[in-house]
Amino acid sequence: MPLMEALDLKVHYGGIAAVKGVSFAVEEGEMVCLIGANGAGKTSTLKALARLLPATGEIRFAGQRIDGMPTHRLIRLGLALVPEGRGVFARLTVAENLAMGAYAREDAAGVAEDLARVYELLPRLAERRRQLAGTLSGGEQQMLALGRALMGRPRLLLLDEPSMGLAPLLVEKVFEAIRAIARTGVAILLVEQNAHLALTTCARGYVMESGRITLAAPSAELLADARVRAAYLGG
Amino acid sequence: MDILLQQLINGLTTGSVYAIVALGYTMVYGVIQLINFAHGEIVMIGAMVAVSVILALTDTALPPAFILLTGVLAAMPVCMIIGLALERLAYRPLRKAPRLAPLITAIGMSIILQHVALMIWGRDPRAFPQLIENASLAVGGAAISTVQIAIIATSCVMMAGLSWFVYRTRFGIAMRATAENLAIAELMGIDTNRVIAATFAVGAALGAVAGVMVGAYYGVAHYTMGFILGLKAFSAAVLGGIGNLPGAMLGGLVLGLVEALGTGYIGELTDLCHWPFVAEALAERCHADGHVVLLGSNYQDVFAFLVLVLVLIFRPSGLLGERVAERA
Repeated sequence: MPLMEALDLKVHYGGIAAVKGVSFAVEEGEMVCLIGANGAGKTSTLKALARLLPATGEIRFAGQRIDGMPTHRLIRLGLALVPEGRGVFARLTVAENLAMGAYAREDAAGVAEDLARVYELLPRLAERRRQLAGTLSGGEQQMLALGRALMGRPRLLLLDEPSMGLAPLLVEKVFEAIRAIARTGVAILLVEQNAHLALTTCARGYVMESGRITLAAPSAELLADARVRAAYLGG
Repeated sequence: MDILLQQLINGLTTGSVYAIVALGYTMVYGVIQLINFAHGEIVMIGAMVAVSVILALTDTALPPAFILLTGVLAAMPVCMIIGLALERLAYRPLRKAPRLAPLITAIGMSIILQHVALMIWGRDPRAFPQLIENASLAVGGAAISTVQIAIIATSCVMMAGLSWFVYRTRFGIAMRATAENLAIAELMGIDTNRVIAATFAVGAALGAVAGVMVGAYYGVAHYTMGFILGLKAFSAAVLGGIGNLPGAMLGGLVLGLVEALGTGYIGELTDLCHWPFVAEALAERCHADGHVVLLGSNYQDVFAFLVLVLVLIFRPSGLLGERVAERA
């Protein structure tokens, strides 16, 4: 049984259908990406999974139906979302942001352990732990958003455009961190406009076009696919 | 008597009360961008409940301090329940409605609470029994009463306690996180409905204590007392920067001081006999009466709103507010 499974997921904004019935799955410990053009419905799909948007269809996570659950219960099951634009709490310090990532947890010892691990993985955060998150650079904020999500000890991490607005060098650093997180056994569903980067990072990919999944295949196949190359990889 | 020092003491006292009430407005605004106009009525109900309990106990042999404390401890849960009920029944169903809807609802709730109080306690003012012996201490040409000392001290303790709660505890950090971004707070596993409810409850508990303080200070409680007090505290919250906790504290104190100094000096400043040219024209009357005062201390309530108007014109974000921009 997959860790997360969506069946016939639909999202409407007013009268406009953003996601028109998509089905996909993520296995335990797997890295999967969802690529597609701007407005294809990728972000809406992630938001629907995190129960931030009303959606119809079935969502199963770790053997439970989660459609119908309030968002705040998901992290307790192991589902975390790092939203588009990072969503760090600008007026909270770095340390407070990380503490909020572990808000749902009661095991103080485990939290302290994870905090040490996050600071080790992302040393910049340790240096800036007393600084307000709003004073960090874009790359540092993305690192903080990742570290904060890890503090909830997720089994599946939903990442929405982690490369957005970052300089190429920083994108590389952020993706290094993402790969390091994946190596610890956390499954990742990555939404990314940079299709080449996404497909070379993940093992498998879904291609989304105007609210529908049109292709699903291992990354190597998608990278070689003529249609994908023409539409998303610049020929 | 040293008028300046005396008015500073008086201003500090009323300012402390404004600060405590302003915190209730600003905390709720911080988390859901709603101006809870019914907050002033919660303060009034706090005073009314306390005065009822205290009156019921005054003839007993209980020590006065114990009676006062019982009054406060009775008022707090009543106000908290009303605050929670307002949030749950009136505001939560409108969370996604256009902002005007909850605002109008808040005004409606204010009217309802006022009239419920009228039905329960009637239209006559209730005298607040003097429980603490109102001795005066001389402070360099001015006097400070024990009630004033108690109000200022209690307010300081409450402000320190609230600051500790909001800035140092996990739930407090969750409150600030919710205020900044509700959806992200939910992603962190924060039950934001609980946080919002708690914000109303904490604000109402502070309001209850403020109501008792106002009642004890002026010696009277009345079903309409929450209206002007609420508006002034709201002005204080705006002055400090609505949504900003230290701002509400500062705004309350500044407003109290402005009001006290304004009231203390308005007579002298608008005494036409002190004005050049005008005084000459009025020489006869000035000679006879000594004063021709335009505006007296009954203009007290003008100052708070004058401050509000000036803030809205010159610094809409308030003294400590960083931004006015609507959240996207």
